[in-house]
Amino acid sequence: MPIDKDIVAKVSNLARIKINNDQLSTISNELESVIEWIDTLNEVNTDGVDPIANVSGQKLPLREDKVTDGGYSEKILNNAPEKESGFFVVPKVVE
Amino acid sequence: MTEITKKTILEIKEGLKKRDFSTLEVTNSFISASEKNKNLNIYNTFTPEKALESSKISQKRIDRGEERLLDGIPIAIKDLFCTKDILTTASSKILSNFIPSYESTVTQKLWDAGALMLGKVSCDEFAMGSSNETSCFGNVINPWSERNGKNLSPGGSSGGSSSVVSSGSALAATGTDTGGSIRQPVAFCGVTGIKPSYGRCSRWGIVAFASSLDQAGPITKTVSDSALMLNVMSGFDDKDSTSADLDVPDFTQTCNDFKLDKVKIGIPKEYQIDGMSPEIIKLWQQGSEWLKDRGAEIVEVSLPHTKYALPTYYVIAPAEASSNLARYDGVRYGLRNSQDNLDELYAYSRGEGFGYEVQRRILIGTYVLSAGYYDAYYRKAQRVRNLIIQDFQKAFDKVDVLLTPTTPTAAFELGSQLDPISMYMNDVFTVPASLAGLPAMSVPSGLSKDGLPLGLQIIGNQFDENSVLKIAANLEDQARFPFLN
Amino acid sequence: MEKFLINGENDNFEIVVGLEIHAQVNSQAKLFSGSSTKFGSKPNENVSLVDAAMPGMLPVINKHCIKQAVKSGLGLRAKINKFSIFDRKNYFYADLPQGYQISQYSDPIVGEGNVEINFPDGTKKNIGIERLHLEQDAGKSLHDQHPSKSYIDLNRSGVALMEIVSKPDITSPDEAGAFIKKIRSILRFLDTCDGNMEQGSLRCDVNVSVRRDGEPLGTRCEIKNLNSVRFVMMAIVSEAKRQVEEIENGNEIIQETRLFDSDKLETRPMRSKENAHDYRYFPDPDLMPLELTDDFISNIKSSLPLLPDEIRVKLVNDFGLSDYDASVISEEKETSDYFFIATEGRDGKIVSNWLTTELFGSLNKNSLSINNSPIKPKQLGELVGFISDGTISGRIAKDVFAEMFETGSDASLIIEEKGLKQNSNSEDIIKMIDNVINNNQDKVNEYRSGKDKLFGFFVGQVMKDSGGKANPKMVNEILKEKLN
Ligand SMILES: [Mg+2]
Ligand SMILES: [Zn+2]
Repeated sequence: MPIDKDIVAKVSNLARIKINNDQLSTISNELESVIEWIDTLNEVNTDGVDPIANVSGQKLPLREDKVTDGGYSEKILNNAPEKESGFFVVPKVVE
Repeated sequence: MTEITKKTILEIKEGLKKRDFSTLEVTNSFISASEKNKNLNIYNTFTPEKALESSKISQKRIDRGEERLLDGIPIAIKDLFCTKDILTTASSKILSNFIPSYESTVTQKLWDAGALMLGKVSCDEFAMGSSNETSCFGNVINPWSERNGKNLSPGGSSGGSSSVVSSGSALAATGTDTGGSIRQPVAFCGVTGIKPSYGRCSRWGIVAFASSLDQAGPITKTVSDSALMLNVMSGFDDKDSTSADLDVPDFTQTCNDFKLDKVKIGIPKEYQIDGMSPEIIKLWQQGSEWLKDRGAEIVEVSLPHTKYALPTYYVIAPAEASSNLARYDGVRYGLRNSQDNLDELYAYSRGEGFGYEVQRRILIGTYVLSAGYYDAYYRKAQRVRNLIIQDFQKAFDKVDVLLTPTTPTAAFELGSQLDPISMYMNDVFTVPASLAGLPAMSVPSGLSKDGLPLGLQIIGNQFDENSVLKIAANLEDQARFPFLN
Repeated sequence: MEKFLINGENDNFEIVVGLEIHAQVNSQAKLFSGSSTKFGSKPNENVSLVDAAMPGMLPVINKHCIKQAVKSGLGLRAKINKFSIFDRKNYFYADLPQGYQISQYSDPIVGEGNVEINFPDGTKKNIGIERLHLEQDAGKSLHDQHPSKSYIDLNRSGVALMEIVSKPDITSPDEAGAFIKKIRSILRFLDTCDGNMEQGSLRCDVNVSVRRDGEPLGTRCEIKNLNSVRFVMMAIVSEAKRQVEEIENGNEIIQETRLFDSDKLETRPMRSKENAHDYRYFPDPDLMPLELTDDFISNIKSSLPLLPDEIRVKLVNDFGLSDYDASVISEEKETSDYFFIATEGRDGKIVSNWLTTELFGSLNKNSLSINNSPIKPKQLGELVGFISDGTISGRIAKDVFAEMFETGSDASLIIEEKGLKQNSNSEDIIKMIDNVINNNQDKVNEYRSGKDKLFGFFVGQVMKDSGGKANPKMVNEILKEKLN
């Protein structure tokens, strides 16, 4: 599967990572070789094999419906690059 | 009397109890050692005042005869564990100013047991790397470099944690292991470390890399010290849904059991790979012999899907990482590159804040999850992961543990491994156990012809850390490894 | 019902609508964290480290929210899936701290079901339910606080939502409205969602497409975030008209996400959704799959309250109410709760009459909801009791009711204090009647010679003399006896 600059541009946009144009071809070459290597998985017959997402072997633990957290907005905002009157602040979002 | 910094945790505990020295003397010794080893670039944040402060409390408890398991033991923390009011960076520019208001479960357990914090030590950025070269603060230098006249990588990602113990700057360190990030650097630095079963240690408060693989574990000089640390670090945590709700056995119990009658050791034949150095093959055979001497039966086993473990890992880990690292967006904490438009703010902040390897893995992960590729890559890898797990299950029907080399080579020179895939090959022996969530430990077992440490790996069945520790203790006992410090 | 059509220049078009309803789960704490779901707190007050997606934070699921989803599924007569998966839906947005929403994609907790919607003319229709899944709500962005900035409040971030997806069975704005009202009503009866649309507890996304009669389904557009039934209905019409116009102008409909402008009565493309999203769903590795036992489900099943449809049938069959009254009373949980309390030991039909005419009338006049009614259900029941047993007459009852509504007093107290008790003593009544007959001998003669209409006059006189308290039934009977 060839990975061209357009694919890298699309993927980096999805991932919200600014990549300089002069890096695009290096990255696309590297991704292509990694993906080619990953393609060796196609050699494995996985018919009828279930996909495994988690290996802990545990059951999903369930929490009681009680308020046990929150109430510390100053801690929540403590590391914020920009805040105002208890809110996080970002450039205006136009919907 | 040997120098304090050359001692093990058990020896320091003994000495503190017998009043051979005070917690203050111990703490000061490791602070001085850390300062002396400044050139190794181990610490991201050095907190000697914190260690000194806690050492007084520990001394009081010792004086009252109420000492806790780790009272007065100075340790270092991988900079991936969130520590309350202390900078926690994951060695990434994007978190270079982040001060958590909370303490990770594992570090909290360590402080509660009386351990003293010397500081936060370097790692590969977001634990992504096998050389410690991806840290935004520059690489750590392997303490064995000086003696061998080379600039060696400490391995990664827990390169700082391994170096801090190897150099005698701390008695122990916490590490995390996603695909080998404890085992490979301890092998490179000539120390001991265990990645417990997935679910054994809480992941709460540890900066996530790949959630289905990440596990915390201890790094120490000896197997018994690792067992002691693991006793403290383990246990169910209701804040981590993947944490195992199981009793924690006393891991130190089996570390003095040197009779291996009825123990079956599996040698997976697929771990014999091209390009492995002959001295590692020799060491592996030597390891078998040592265990045979103690009465163990050596059995060849087959793990047929071994060669697919790395590509499987390089689908699953980047996929999870691409999602786990989406929260670093410059809005609530961390680095922000201010822009007029929110999407640009995201892209510039993340472009500036993430290093190259992290970006590369996020892009791979984003790609394999994206529309049209999900089934071909992610689902496929999850299925192969199942086959890898089944391989191990079949092997553990026959044997108690598996013995393998930890790494295909000894520590390499910094800057020597340039393309990603050859770097990824460092984890070829460690990744399969990670995918299966199994406990695995590396013990320093010999030196290469260049005089560099080499490790052997013991892989155990799920939640059977005790068998792993027992075999590791036997290897350690036979190997008589010449520690640097 | 007549088929709803959009009349284009040349052709008539039918519309096909599917709804996605986001219903906030009634719970104390959030879906994956222990912070509060309370509405109206200070910004970022109900936010935990988990909700703010601090490094190393992990989700732990709220059992009650799972129960609520199962309960809702049962109420929608839907299949409960014993195995379901929590997936991450990955996208960047200012009020989405994790960079992903934990939702359910491939394996939702609830599968297919159906609800019946009813119209005032008595017709009914079944609307299919595609699925119901659990997911996290996002935070809130305020865009009007600053000329060039948006402000982010994460109080809502992580609150549990049920997304209920209908099949595209809806073919008119009225049906869409009835469907939302019915879903809201069912969830409120189940106590799984408070249904408060102004506070955003219930929000709708609408998928609209149009087609000429008999044509295959057209391309649909999704209109997001509609927070009232009226807006949903208006948005459907505006969007359908736009699509018809596009088609008749020879243009193709592009599948996209749009917003409804209720001032301009038009929809427009949503800016933030311009780059078609690739959500990269995958199972959340922080959470194992959810497996429900038969016991868990059957326990919930056995505790299900009666739902509107069942209540309606019960009101008709057991209480003899008319179809219309039954559907009015069963539509809102508060109303039916009120009815059932008021009717305990009383005549259901009389209670229903007083409830739907007098009480609703007075509440409306005073813009009060039934929750804030000055007359509590037991009090209305008592009043009806006094009417049934003849303590007061219906006419007096109206005065007592008015007094009750004004003061909140019990009927018994008002009757006692004002001496309004009906007089059913036959001796008293005979005496009063004799008196009236004696004083109006001329009218008695007129009546006896055939002027029947005068009967009412005698009744009126007796009632007047008794201060309205004489038992009218007895007055009638005895008068008839005496005059004839
Ligand atoms: Mg939707
Ligand atoms: Zn939704």
